[in-house]
Amino acid sequence: MADRRPDRPDRTLRPHGARTRGSVAPAAATPAYAPVDVDVDVDVVVVGAGPAGSAAALALARAGRSVVLVERGPFPGAKNVYGGVVYGRVLDSVIPGWQDEVPVERWVVRRSTMVMTPSQSVSIDYRSEAWGAPPYNGMTTYRSRFDAWLAARAIDAGATLVPSTVATGLLRDTAGRVTGIRTDRPDGDLTARMVVACDGVNSFLAKEAGLLPPADARHHTLGVKEVLALPPEVINERFGVLSDQGVDIEMLGCTRGIPGGGFLYTNAETVSVGVVVSLPELAASKVRPEELVADVKRHPSIAPYLRGASLQEYSAHLIPEGGFDAMGPLATDGMLVAGDAASMTLAAGLWLEGVNFAIGSGLAAGRAAHQALAAGDTSARGLASYRTDLESQFVLADHQRLRRAPGLVLSERVQQRYPGLICDLADGLFTVTNPVPKPGLVRIARRSARRHGVSLADLARDTLRAARVFR
Amino acid sequence: MTVVPDSGSWPKISFEARMATVEFRVGARPHITVDGEICRSCTTRACVTACPANLFAPTASGGILFNYEECFECGTCYMVCNHEGAIRWTYPDGGTGVVFRRG
Ligand SMILES: Cc1cc2nc3c(=O)[nH]c(=O)nc-3n(C[C@H](O)[C@H](O)[C@H](O)COP(=O)(O)OP(=O)(O)OC[C@H]3O[C@@H](n4cnc5c(N)ncnc54)[C@H](O)[C@@H]3O)c2cc1C
Ligand code: SF4
Ligand code: SF4
Repeated sequence: MADRRPDRPDRTLRPHGARTRGSVAPAAATPAYAPVDVDVDVDVVVVGAGPAGSAAALALARAGRSVVLVERGPFPGAKNVYGGVVYGRVLDSVIPGWQDEVPVERWVVRRSTMVMTPSQSVSIDYRSEAWGAPPYNGMTTYRSRFDAWLAARAIDAGATLVPSTVATGLLRDTAGRVTGIRTDRPDGDLTARMVVACDGVNSFLAKEAGLLPPADARHHTLGVKEVLALPPEVINERFGVLSDQGVDIEMLGCTRGIPGGGFLYTNAETVSVGVVVSLPELAASKVRPEELVADVKRHPSIAPYLRGASLQEYSAHLIPEGGFDAMGPLATDGMLVAGDAASMTLAAGLWLEGVNFAIGSGLAAGRAAHQALAAGDTSARGLASYRTDLESQFVLADHQRLRRAPGLVLSERVQQRYPGLICDLADGLFTVTNPVPKPGLVRIARRSARRHGVSLADLARDTLRAARVFR
Repeated sequence: MTVVPDSGSWPKISFEARMATVEFRVGARPHITVDGEICRSCTTRACVTACPANLFAPTASGGILFNYEECFECGTCYMVCNHEGAIRWTYPDGGTGVVFRRG
């Protein structure tokens, strides 16, 4: 494991060595807020030191721009929760060799998709030796470490991090152009030639600027997670991996019919287990979120992995799941929006990827802001290259291609009928019924479909739809 | 640290013990306030079960008791509440509020 530094993420942020440009403004330890000691003439204020914000600040600082990165938490990552697995290849071009310095828990070599009923499960289990060696595929890591690490790269490049500070609103000139932010520090207005809003899923800045529609529960899911401690050797044995190898299990059919799914990821010395569920239907169900996590933990296919584990941390966070169709415009005069603040998590059933999309969009926002400043036009028009850039790479290409996926994956049949049908099918195939002869495959399929209220026409329709959605 | 029992059946751990695993740097200002008067006419009570930190407690008289101190700052409550003005929702002051170590 590349990084085993003690669990004091704040530490990684203190300036160290000969750093000439980057700095960290006085942080939470100071009793009253110290004045923000930053250049009044800064080029760009980036709000939010999550993956999107740190990536934007990194790109801008590298381009020679003065950047202030404002974060409401006492350190980057303090407010952030994900599953989770980070797919880091998006960093190849900006931080060559990132694999050797990133704080990783385990490199994922096994990815399982489990479809289940309360007492059964069918898994597609993919394992790849290639994923366990450079350049790797996904890694488990904690956000308190990962986000702090990425922010430190932006600081190295010259960005100034201002933690423990909330951006409370936008500053605008008489023409309505965004000219900075208000903060909750005394005398806390920060003016800049541009603002990049990377303030995550609830993004009040994007909403204020009209770049994100008002809160709509239908486009959001709630993720709840428990981090459970187990000795590393026990994790290795139970999951059949070596010490730096990790496992990712995605589950469908474990949320009492509430649209969503479950997840399990192995870290070095803990296992993260949780569920992601649709907000309106969670509320309507009157089921408490932690009850759904308890269901997953006690499922016969999961419980043996977790025996004897102790709860280390409970957490929750929202996910913007609307996908492409829920995105607003990405630019307005003087401001860009990136990451979850722009609804850029790809939550398309087989995939739950947000960190890489945040980094990809943050880097692009940084590039677009730099170019617009260089050209002297930071109007929405001058910032239009941002969207074209995103369309030419995975961020918007994937979203556009998979725009119908959230609807299909959260649909009634996929959520409530197919898991049972698939488990029934497996049961029919593999239960030996001697002395009764084996039933034919077609009969088993018909019977399973009928039992779960799915007609063969539905099945054909959904297969076709899936083929189109995931084309 | 709370020990989850060693068995396939997971007897409930108390909600208090669950929340005790999370670090909160409680700020002086309540960042979320709930207008109990508006809640009186609410039939869904969506916040009560959906809040992952279980911070909304219905009172005997039909109101809602809310405590901001152990809040995840997730946004679930204002998103599921369909009564305009019932919830005033802001982020806690900079540096205060929840601190996730294993997020
Ligand atoms: C349960 C769950 C599981 C997930 N699993 C995965 C996974 O396995 N893999 C994956 O890639 N993605 C996953 N995601 C999605 C991923 O977490 C997000 O897409 C990603 O964090 C978005 O990055 P961001 O920088 O846009 O926003 P965030 O990470 O939310 O960062 C926003 C930052 O802005 C700060 N901020 C917000 N408002 C203000 C303000 N007003 N002033 C100052 N600072 C502010 C916040 O403190 C925060 O640090 C998951 C999400 C959840 C909830
Ligand atoms: S906060 Fe909203 S959802 Fe909760 S009881 Fe009050 S009105 Fe109802
Ligand atoms: S923000 Fe989340 S944790 Fe806080 S009160 Fe609302 S629902 Fe509960």
